[in-house]
Amino acid sequence: MTTNVDAIVIGGGIHGCSTTLHLCLAGLKPVLIEKDYAGRHASGVNAGGVRQLARHIPEIPLSIRSMSIWEKISDLLDDDCSFESHGQVLVAENEDELAVCRARVAELNALGFTHEELIDATELRRLVPAVADTCPGGVVSRRDGAANPAQTTTAFRRKAEQLGATVREGMAAGNIRYGDGLWLVDVGSDTYAAPVLVNAAGAWAGKIAAALGEPVPVETVAPMLMITSRVPHFIDPVVILRGRKLSFKQFKNGTVLIGGGHLATPYQDRNETVLDWKSLAISARTVFELFPIMRGATIVRAWAGIEAKMKDDIPVFGPSSRHKGLYHQFGFSLHGFQLGPGAGAVMAELIVNGGTQTRISDLGIDRFYPATS
Amino acid sequence: MTVAPKREDYDVVVIGAGPAGLAAAATSAEAGLSTLLLDENVGPGGQVFRAISSTPVTERNLLGADYWGGADLVKSLGASGAEVIHRATVWSLDRNLDLAVSIGGASAFVKAKRVILATGALERPFPIPGWTLPGVMTAGAAQTMLKSSALVPDGRTVIAGQGPLLWLLAAQILRLGGRIDRILDTTERGNYFAALPHAFAFLTSPYFAKGLSMMREVKAKVQVVSGVTELAASGDGQLASVSYVGGGKRETIPADLLLLHQGVVPNVNLAMSAGVEHRWDDLQLCWSPVLDASGNSSVPGIAIAGDGAGIGGANAAVVRGRIAARAAVESLAPAVAARLPAMATLRADLAKAERGRVFLDTLFRPAPQFRIPSGDTIVCRCEEVTAKDVLDSVAIGATGPNQLKAYRRTGMGPCQGRLCGLTVTELMAQARAKTPQEIGYYRLRAPVKPITLAELASVPKSEADVKAVVRG
Ligand SMILES: Cc1cc2nc3c(=O)[nH]c(=O)nc-3n(C[C@H](O)[C@H](O)[C@H](O)COP(=O)(O)OP(=O)(O)OC[C@H]3O[C@@H](n4cnc5c(N)ncnc54)[C@H](O)[C@@H]3O)c2cc1C
Ligand SMILES: Cc1cc2nc3c(=O)[nH]c(=O)nc-3n(C[C@H](O)[C@H](O)[C@H](O)COP(=O)(O)OP(=O)(O)OC[C@H]3O[C@@H](n4cnc5c(N)ncnc54)[C@H](O)[C@@H]3O)c2cc1C
Repeated sequence: MTTNVDAIVIGGGIHGCSTTLHLCLAGLKPVLIEKDYAGRHASGVNAGGVRQLARHIPEIPLSIRSMSIWEKISDLLDDDCSFESHGQVLVAENEDELAVCRARVAELNALGFTHEELIDATELRRLVPAVADTCPGGVVSRRDGAANPAQTTTAFRRKAEQLGATVREGMAAGNIRYGDGLWLVDVGSDTYAAPVLVNAAGAWAGKIAAALGEPVPVETVAPMLMITSRVPHFIDPVVILRGRKLSFKQFKNGTVLIGGGHLATPYQDRNETVLDWKSLAISARTVFELFPIMRGATIVRAWAGIEAKMKDDIPVFGPSSRHKGLYHQFGFSLHGFQLGPGAGAVMAELIVNGGTQTRISDLGIDRFYPATS
Repeated sequence: MTVAPKREDYDVVVIGAGPAGLAAAATSAEAGLSTLLLDENVGPGGQVFRAISSTPVTERNLLGADYWGGADLVKSLGASGAEVIHRATVWSLDRNLDLAVSIGGASAFVKAKRVILATGALERPFPIPGWTLPGVMTAGAAQTMLKSSALVPDGRTVIAGQGPLLWLLAAQILRLGGRIDRILDTTERGNYFAALPHAFAFLTSPYFAKGLSMMREVKAKVQVVSGVTELAASGDGQLASVSYVGGGKRETIPADLLLLHQGVVPNVNLAMSAGVEHRWDDLQLCWSPVLDASGNSSVPGIAIAGDGAGIGGANAAVVRGRIAARAAVESLAPAVAARLPAMATLRADLAKAERGRVFLDTLFRPAPQFRIPSGDTIVCRCEEVTAKDVLDSVAIGATGPNQLKAYRRTGMGPCQGRLCGLTVTELMAQARAKTPQEIGYYRLRAPVKPITLAELASVPKSEADVKAVVRG
């Protein structure tokens, strides 16, 4: 049976769910197709970092747009997503690293961005008392914070459904084709038809784009995280190291999330990842050195999520360079959670209004096709 | 005293030194394969033969003749040349057969050509109102104390539940001079009829005579209430009384200790975290790994033996251990395999050891009200989530245990769902009118037992360091 809808969104990560919700808010009737369940992959298992800090310049406008939605996330979703804003701090461990921080903040200021602020050792110690005495300073983005990723993605999905979206979970979208001005997609024995198709399939999106004639340099990676048992409260902001692969966040209940980009081996077709404990041991050692209070903590779980990483580390976002009605929203390269709310809003503007006030021109898929753009 | 594995690579790594693991490691090492046996207990024996080499209980008939059978297994392991490490907790196993093991507070990594998981069984959760009160414990925990330290209850003690182990424990407590005030038997009346067709196999099984004489021994000394259909523990911060309905009559009795037990289920934690496929077993009401006739799982190189492969008891565990080891020998040293007992012989032994199992499984299939809690009864102890909390989440969209984590912290605490997993699956299945197979299970991940950050950092943890920080 073929069902006509206004838009087909493939992928129930935070991006697909957010775009679906914003399409509903604009009065459209979309269908969201998710092969597993919403939030099963990167969007439900990431570190929850809501960060404008240390972003690539081309995606800063989208990140700032997103931040304004995060700050009112309850109004949008009737769910607080456990979002808290205690800032994010980038720690320089020596003078060389601090010099890099200084140059970065100056560069942003020159472009008119003021969310990153250089801090000295005193302010660093005030924000992160537990940090080692030898650290000379760093950068803070004060409005940043963190949220619960599974709760957030599920809340987007739930709200979209409440506003009239059809949500299909448990079966992949397949047999994607175009004809007579409509995109057709099969889900099991059902077919959906719509003038608009959004490719928000995360680590699987590169294949969809390639099959539609738009291959891009993307690889699948699997960043790892560890969570510890509860330790006494000792830190509020999210902490990222400038030089070493480490990020660090303590939740209200005392548990501490340790991440930073060490990679597991992904087995994308099986929805599986195999952890690399020897790399996790390096993270453990870094935490051990930097935060003595953590030494007695136990690690209760480690995991990895399957994520699309672009060669240039910035997402593919915007209309297709080849096909009418096709939009890409993938390749978030380990930092797409924070962008989810804003990207959905902007994508809906692109689809409904044909344009947006948010500057996204450097993110288009046409950057890989200089001849055609 | 810390013993690290002698090598980084082994032909065969066996995890668990219960009857299955002891037999598997001995068979594999005797055949000349480099074999490492890892077990987290202080000595060999697993559950049945716990503390077989060290128990303070010396009078043999107190623990039953079967218990001492374990000594032979331990002896042949000793002669086999297998490397054996105790107090060794395997906390990670993956599909590349890389293992991480914690020994004396330090972690070691080893790689195997074949892994035989013999991690045994765990007691089934028994989530009645009040089960988390101090003073309520599992019968297995009581048995552990009894075997390793000869400790028996001396306060007012009630045992509730069903199954062969319940009677075994009761007999062991009584023989050691312990006190039992009452036994509340929760076996469903209807189960006796359901089990009847399988009774003949049972009558000719080794369990029969043993089981019967043990029940007689216990019933001669303790008041037994059968047909118990409701059960609750209560008290203010400490168990004070147990209420139950038996034969249609409600009664409340004071108690200092309540021991709960309604059978055992495979310990699937390591296997699941390694990606081994499992299926819901509707007779044993648990997850069991999908295995071929030699115990090979869906992950190449990982075999499972003993109760971890599906509950079969100690005798079956020994044979399954030999079968899995023989299969490992066949693949790694085929020439030697010819010298081992033929596979057909072993399979015949297994059929014999498993005789009567269906009868037991049917008779002791626990009743729904003792598996699937309701209302304010705690489901997830770590995060204090009640049955009602879970049902509320289902009502607003949670579809399975993993999805539930977006609503509640079930399975996200220190035990990572290892204790509440079955309860959550069955509760959600009932609420959504689906089968447990459709609902699924928590995605289990390493470490399957918590490890300290210091240990992972491979930095020996100094007490002085830790104290300095806590003060500062
Ligand atoms: C461990 C980890 C930590 C991270 N930490 C942070 C952080 O702190 N802050 C931050 O901003 N970002 C972080 N990220 C990155 C962030 O999680 C991702 O960039 C973001 O979630 C990507 O969202 P998505 O919707 O594009 O992809 P996904 O969440 O992967 O969603 C894509 C969905 O598409 C589905 N799909 C694929 N193919 C099909 C098909 N054919 N039919 C139907 N469905 C299909 C998939 O099943 C999947 O659910 C982290 C990522 C990981 C893995
Ligand atoms: C609490 C309890 C008590 C029982 N008591 C009896 C009894 O008295 N008599 C009887 O006939 N049956 C008893 N059983 C049933 C018993 O499980 C089986 O009959 C028999 O022990 C199964 O043997 P096995 O080799 O499969 O596992 P087990 O004997 O259970 O041995 C498994 C071994 O693996 C070890 N192990 C598990 N995980 C790891 C890990 N990650 N790293 C390292 N080591 C690990 C365990 O510590 C244990 O030593 C009991 C079961 C339980 C759960």
